[in-house]
Amino acid sequence: MTTTLTKHEQYLADFRVLEQAADGSAPAWLRQLRQEGMARFEQLGFPTARRGNEKWKYTNVAPIADAAFRYSASPKTSGVKTTALRRVAPWRKEWTTLVFVDGRYAPTLSSVPSDGGGLRVASLAEAFRTDEALIEQHLAKHAAFEDDGFAALNTAFLSDGAFIHAAGGDEHAPVHLLFVATDSTQPQVAYPRTLVVTERNTKLTLVETYVGLGDGAYFNDAVTEVVVGDGSAVDHYKVTLESANAFHVSMTRATVGQDALFSTTAFAKGGALARHDLHMALAGHGSSCKLNGLHLTAGREHIDNHVNIDHAAPYSQSYQYVKGILTGTSHAVYTGRVLIRKGAVKSNARQADKNLILSERAEVDTKPSMEIYCDDVKATHGATAGQIAEAEEQIFYMRSRGLDPKAAGALLIRGFVKEILDTVKLEPLRAFLDGVTDKALPEFQFEGFGDRDEQRER
Amino acid sequence: MAEPMLVIRDLHVKVADTEILKGLSLSIGKGEVHAIMGPNGSGKSTLVNVLAGKPEYVVTSGAITFEGKNVLPMTVDQRAREGIFLAFQYPVELPGVSAWQFMKTALDSIREQRGEEPMDYRVFDKMWRQKIKDVGIDQELVKRSVNEGFSGGEKKRSEMLQMMVLDPKLALMDETDSGLDIDALKSVADVVNKRRGPEKAVLVVTHYQRLLNYIVPDFVHILIDGRIVRSGGAGLALEVEEKGYDWVREAMATA
Ligand SMILES: Nc1ncnc2c1ncn2[C@@H]1O[C@H](COP(=O)(O)OP(=O)(O)OP(=O)(O)O)[C@@H](O)[C@H]1O
Ligand SMILES: [Mg+2]
Repeated sequence: MTTTLTKHEQYLADFRVLEQAADGSAPAWLRQLRQEGMARFEQLGFPTARRGNEKWKYTNVAPIADAAFRYSASPKTSGVKTTALRRVAPWRKEWTTLVFVDGRYAPTLSSVPSDGGGLRVASLAEAFRTDEALIEQHLAKHAAFEDDGFAALNTAFLSDGAFIHAAGGDEHAPVHLLFVATDSTQPQVAYPRTLVVTERNTKLTLVETYVGLGDGAYFNDAVTEVVVGDGSAVDHYKVTLESANAFHVSMTRATVGQDALFSTTAFAKGGALARHDLHMALAGHGSSCKLNGLHLTAGREHIDNHVNIDHAAPYSQSYQYVKGILTGTSHAVYTGRVLIRKGAVKSNARQADKNLILSERAEVDTKPSMEIYCDDVKATHGATAGQIAEAEEQIFYMRSRGLDPKAAGALLIRGFVKEILDTVKLEPLRAFLDGVTDKALPEFQFEGFGDRDEQRER
Repeated sequence: MAEPMLVIRDLHVKVADTEILKGLSLSIGKGEVHAIMGPNGSGKSTLVNVLAGKPEYVVTSGAITFEGKNVLPMTVDQRAREGIFLAFQYPVELPGVSAWQFMKTALDSIREQRGEEPMDYRVFDKMWRQKIKDVGIDQELVKRSVNEGFSGGEKKRSEMLQMMVLDPKLALMDETDSGLDIDALKSVADVVNKRRGPEKAVLVVTHYQRLLNYIVPDFVHILIDGRIVRSGGAGLALEVEEKGYDWVREAMATA
């Protein structure tokens, strides 16, 4: 029977192993939470891209559902060296860094100051012992899994992850959460989990990086919850650099308090399938959120940005700007839904996305929308699914000044990404992302002129 | 006549399966300024675009040589590096691309073709500032992305700045005067006149005699329905302005 386990049964079997392994050490409420997660996953399963399922209309997760990803409750973290990490991920000595290898906290690779002032950074496994009450108050309270199979599954396997608690007005050192996936003969699944709680009037800079060390297949099912306290500002970055055959499905839930700001920059490159479900709840009077997004897809890669912004309070402000560069037969999906509730008077929402499509076989599906139940608001949205013709005109223009196609393409792409990269306030990270983009440029050549030139008769 | 720089012989050009140029011949000598006038849709932009190497314009027969070299097999960027420059009727916007970077890269490509080293960036920067002054374009404007959000007139000035920096042998100007106020027009003319010299040539496409008061051409050609139907000196432009294109058409019919 074991060889013919259905995919779901495999997850269930792994879940039972985890349950037994963690028996006793986990608090009762956590064990119950996991069981609820598993039960919900068993009911929901993985979503299907069927008609009517707007959430998953353009993204087919069958490759995830059909693969046999194995879970290891205690993966080896010893094979990974800091030098290898520094080559593939942003890295600064002065940052507080938590490294997770295949979902498991790796203390020897991490650097956490013993006294962080008002900043406490720890693995969730450890924090369950030290900060249980605060965790119980927030964990899984923002990232609901009732109607999301992936979040339910992540919750079922909730045993480790990152915990950040920030208080005090001092400027804390940036916190970097680095989730590393190693190559293994057997494709693995990991469940990165992050809980961030900032108290009132606190500033926090947070980087979440997901990176693959090899080019094998694996699956990251991640959930991040961020609570932004009244008057606080969280400058958040999500850097997704999964390997070409990897699957990445992540959910980010931010709840923003009164006069608080959640600003996030999402940079993504690589991954057979990368889905980011970002929900920002503007709960407090005068709260605001910002999203700047940039993704580069090549080959057969697929990226899906699913953004929801919920204006639930007066004077709340939101801003979204998502840009994509596509080549090969890659596919980018962007859904941006802004909800302005009744009572969210004087709110202001801006939303735009732009794409630079370098290949005729690449595809963009973009669906911005605004649902407004309040009269006294300002809302603008504009989508420009970049036409290949537009890029062609620009390349031609540059070439007419003497630039060869490579140089012209590079300059155009650099210009396109600059707008987003310039918003990265954390300078070492900006430099790192600049480098990643530069390195990717040869892959992002403009297709289409060579053939035309041949057409010229004589 | 001066030594020929550009020679076009019996040129036939198709766009999207429609023949636009139907046997056009024209010779431009070193040091000369030529003007082309003609009704809307007669093929003026087609001519300059085909010279610049725009891919959708397909040459079905005829020949183009530039300084004795066959232009037709050359790509658009090769032509630019040979010294052909087109100031576009509708320049495109390049978001996020700095004009400085763009022109430095372009100039270095052209220099590379001539076997020269890339220009020292301080030397370039000094020259860049000087040209900005010469063209009279707003400093702040040039700091923005190339042409992004520029007005029509600002785009034309930006084209002139690029022309000054790259210093081509042959400058093709497609209605650079359209949409310019009188001061801008004078400064464009100024730029062109300053560039006049024994090694340079200019081809201006215009609808208006007005520009030709400031840039006095050596030759004027009338382009109708894909052919040059009449050529003459600067006086021809005045005559056209006064009598219209029907006069040219009638003169053709009775000739
Ligand atoms: N890319 C194109 N695709 C299809 N038709 C084109 C294209 N470019 C030009 N044409 C057609 O070719 C003809 C000549 O156009 P062209 O732009 O050369 O005229 P023009 O003399 O520059 O006119 P104007 O004075 O209005 O600028 C027109 O009928 C135009 O519609
Ligand atoms: Mg024209």
